[in-house]
Amino acid sequence: MNRVPNELKYTKDHEWVREDDDGTLVIGITDHAQRSLGDLVFVELPEVEDTVVSGDACAVVESVKAASDVYCPLSGIVSEVNTALVDAPELVNSDPYGEGWLFRLRPNSPTELEELLADEDYASVIAELDD
Amino acid sequence: MPFIPHTQGDTDSMLRAIGVNDIDELFDEIPGSLRCAGLHGIPEALSEGGVSRLMRRRAKQDEVELNFLGAGAYEHHIPAAVWELTTRGEFYSAYTPYQAEASQGTLQVIYEYQTMMASLTGLEVSNASLYDGASALAEAILMAVRANRGSHSKCILLPRSLHPHYHAVVRTITSSQGIEIIDLPYDRNSGRTDLDALGRYADGDITALVIPQPNIFGVLEDVDALSDWALDHGALGIAVVNPMALGLLSPPGNWGREGVHIACGEGQPLGVPLSSGGAYFGFLTCKEGLVRQLPGRLVGRTLDADGQTGFTLTLQAREQHIRRSRATSNICTNQGLMVTAATIFMSLLGPEGLRRIATLCHARTELLAEAAAAIDGVEIVFPVPRFHEVVIRLPVPVNGVLERMRESGVLGGVCLRPWYSDLGNTLLVCATETKTEEDIETYASVLRAAIEASGEGL
Amino acid sequence: MTEPLVFELGQPGRLSGAQVPREDVEISLPDAMLRKSAPLLPEISELDAVRHYTRLSQRNFSIDTQFYPLGSCTMKYNPRACNSLAMLPGFLHRHPLADEASSQGFLECMFELQEMLASLTGMTAFSLTPMAGAQGELAGVAMIRAYHLDRGDAGRTEILVPDAAHGTNPATATMCGCTVRELPTQSDGDLEIDALRALVGPQTAGIMLTNPSTLGVFERRIQDVAEIVHGAGGLLYYDGANLNAILGKAFPGDMGFDVIHINLHKTFSTPHGGGGPGSGVVGVGERLEPFLPTPIVTRRDDRFHWVDGADRPKSIGRLSAFMGNAGVLLRAYVYMRLLGWEGMGRVADYSTLNANYLMRELEKTGFDLAFPNRRASHEFVVTLKKQAKENNVTAMDFAKALLDYGFHAPTTYFPLLVPECLLIEPTETESKETLDRFIRAMAEILAEAQVNPGRVKEAPIRTPVRRLDDVRAARHLDVRYQPRDASADL
Repeated sequence: MNRVPNELKYTKDHEWVREDDDGTLVIGITDHAQRSLGDLVFVELPEVEDTVVSGDACAVVESVKAASDVYCPLSGIVSEVNTALVDAPELVNSDPYGEGWLFRLRPNSPTELEELLADEDYASVIAELDD
Repeated sequence: MPFIPHTQGDTDSMLRAIGVNDIDELFDEIPGSLRCAGLHGIPEALSEGGVSRLMRRRAKQDEVELNFLGAGAYEHHIPAAVWELTTRGEFYSAYTPYQAEASQGTLQVIYEYQTMMASLTGLEVSNASLYDGASALAEAILMAVRANRGSHSKCILLPRSLHPHYHAVVRTITSSQGIEIIDLPYDRNSGRTDLDALGRYADGDITALVIPQPNIFGVLEDVDALSDWALDHGALGIAVVNPMALGLLSPPGNWGREGVHIACGEGQPLGVPLSSGGAYFGFLTCKEGLVRQLPGRLVGRTLDADGQTGFTLTLQAREQHIRRSRATSNICTNQGLMVTAATIFMSLLGPEGLRRIATLCHARTELLAEAAAAIDGVEIVFPVPRFHEVVIRLPVPVNGVLERMRESGVLGGVCLRPWYSDLGNTLLVCATETKTEEDIETYASVLRAAIEASGEGL
Repeated sequence: MTEPLVFELGQPGRLSGAQVPREDVEISLPDAMLRKSAPLLPEISELDAVRHYTRLSQRNFSIDTQFYPLGSCTMKYNPRACNSLAMLPGFLHRHPLADEASSQGFLECMFELQEMLASLTGMTAFSLTPMAGAQGELAGVAMIRAYHLDRGDAGRTEILVPDAAHGTNPATATMCGCTVRELPTQSDGDLEIDALRALVGPQTAGIMLTNPSTLGVFERRIQDVAEIVHGAGGLLYYDGANLNAILGKAFPGDMGFDVIHINLHKTFSTPHGGGGPGSGVVGVGERLEPFLPTPIVTRRDDRFHWVDGADRPKSIGRLSAFMGNAGVLLRAYVYMRLLGWEGMGRVADYSTLNANYLMRELEKTGFDLAFPNRRASHEFVVTLKKQAKENNVTAMDFAKALLDYGFHAPTTYFPLLVPECLLIEPTETESKETLDRFIRAMAEILAEAQVNPGRVKEAPIRTPVRRLDDVRAARHLDVRYQPRDASADL
């Protein structure tokens, strides 16, 4: 079964977003996404201080047979990237919501967060796909 | 029916199984108005014997005794085993090794090839090859634009001392991608890229500097200085090298303080016949850190389900069949058969064989240069170190001389006027290890006679 | 059983005496220009090399040894005469810059090849220089762009590509500075015409189509497609990957195509060589003729000449250092002369007969067809969605199991539109007996997948290696042999 933790926000493109206490946002791909891609072999991350716009392709996750863009769920400035993924992309498979996070963002407008999907809405998105 | 094995009985039973009356019914989804009446522009079939006679006659027409042409395609002796093995049906009639378990032969050959090319160029990674030297340079430039994150200009410095056809191909392939190609002049005295002219770009944003070795004139460039210039100015160095020369000359990975980032070139000298310009193969090697920007196929070593060593295509997610419009290139195949030949060629010659051939090529050209310079009115245009080609200036127009030489069975060189009108009556001549001292004497006497005859005709 | 790497076979100082020049002359190049350490190349005897590469060849499947029904690749028999005649000394030793006077034999073949290709496709003129299908595509789209720019119409930057298309189509459009718009396909395999109508406009540069399509069916409304695209001011590009299916039946020129590339390594039976060399010659109608890549061959006063540079001011330019893959072109020329007009017409007849026979027999065996109500072109698509769902046996598992039966696998997972698919192309050179053996093998695998799916998932077991760990290959990149730590991480 795909895990969809309830404390996170989601996009229909299978990214998740977590708001930390300092107001920054952590972004990754969901359990469903990592399962459908299969074993990841490479993650291309944005650069720190990159300005990103909501909906832009800002990272790439690659398995042996597929390459998939990660779309930025919100606009802002990249403040940190998960450099552990450079040598260990498999962290996205083993722990998509934890050690497999992709990058951290200082959002331009935190209200954008409210436009994202709640856990049960995202769960129904993937339920439809599985049919 | 040539190459179609069906008997009437086969055809009838197959049509019955499908449930149609005749073969034509199988084409009933093509609108009637589009059906063509026949193939009127194609001649009648010939038997194998008939085609053989025709082709032998035509091939015979094009035979020449002695060829001193170079300019990007070079005559070398190719050991008999190279093409005996390469044209084995198992190599010749296989396809791209998508099914790795059924393609270990091709895959291992490519892995061996990658190892040899990386080492020959002094870099860490080689792809499985590209179409030819010129298109490999175009791909190397596109790669540099992707890889040089510190540069935003997409400005490429391309020396005029690089083969003019390479210039042309680079322009065709890169023209619609917003890349600016800047021509770098050469020094009139040395034939080398003009280092002073480079100074003009010292303060600008340059994405890559292309460094030919040897250059179109056969002249050896100051590759250490050029490579360091690139390094000092945030540009990637792209070497365009003759792989045969690398048996003798310093490899691009060792140029200057840190070497270049990318090397490419024409693989033809490594066991591929002249055959009118193709099929050849382009090679492309780079430093390890740039591997994900490398276009084309790449073979990796891994393990199978039983833990045995095996080979497979790897990093395919860079390629068009997965990335589609965002692939590193649209390239699909490599030049597998040519790479097979080159790998066998390099295996048979080894490091010592390659070094000796390269050395002999150089020595023969020096001998030829000397013999030519001894002819009245002939001069060596660039009196500097060279590999296996030399530019000579004649006292009379070149084309008439070449025609007369051909009548004596000698292709005397490539007339440089269409490419470099500023150089006057100049001829680019190449002597490889295939030319004996006697051949070179023949060359000199035929050239002398042709010049004299041309002079009389004036 | 593995075969050692060639580097592991040698001994330092061993020379292959007959090949290495005896002379080792003194030279006087500056020391700084010279190589300081020898490259990592094998040091082996000629016999070692011959054995090693013969053994490696035996680790391949090939047309000469196996049935190779690889869809969209047209793996038909490569006649040996094409190879030996292209390698006659006069052709093999001809330098690409040899003057025209000593090149008339070669040029005559090339001129006639251009003419024959034009008459086979209904186009006006051909250039032989593109070195592969993908380069032919690049030439084609570049010509379309050049045509619009020449008319001062710079806004046409969109290329329409069906979602079923080969990956090179969108990749090429991008390389030519165009934006790709994807066209949806209907469930019967034809294009969605309404979607096309909605997508075309003053921004449309052209459309890239394969017909018959990569789905193994003929696009029945191709004339409507041409009318819509031309009506909007765009041009039509024909990807000749599947020309084998309609050779002598219909001309792309008559369908309304303005430019076409042909994969000579498919339809004209030049060898695939383990992945190249190919040839992607391009043909055009009148509108695009001035833009053809150079050089091309013309005839004047019964002599043959190159045309290049200043004589072709609107040309998109050069694609190769010389004139493309000449040796491949010669092989295709010989093939055409062997077949003649009559033999050419039969190529489509029998490749289509074989494909439809195989398709219907597999259907009777219990396989699901992606387009059961359509005629197959020279290839067709089987979908194993049901087997994947019910038995967890995928298209890849079927492909690997076929290897154990001594058949090369069909194309898997392409076209991307059809889940768990096999694209099967038998070609005209295979006999009914071979097709029947293949059908029996497929039936046995299907039965096995139901009763013992684990066995199918284990396949192959008879190939030189078993399934390879692709993930390991990508994560721990090992793309060259390094003597010191050669097997340290293996």
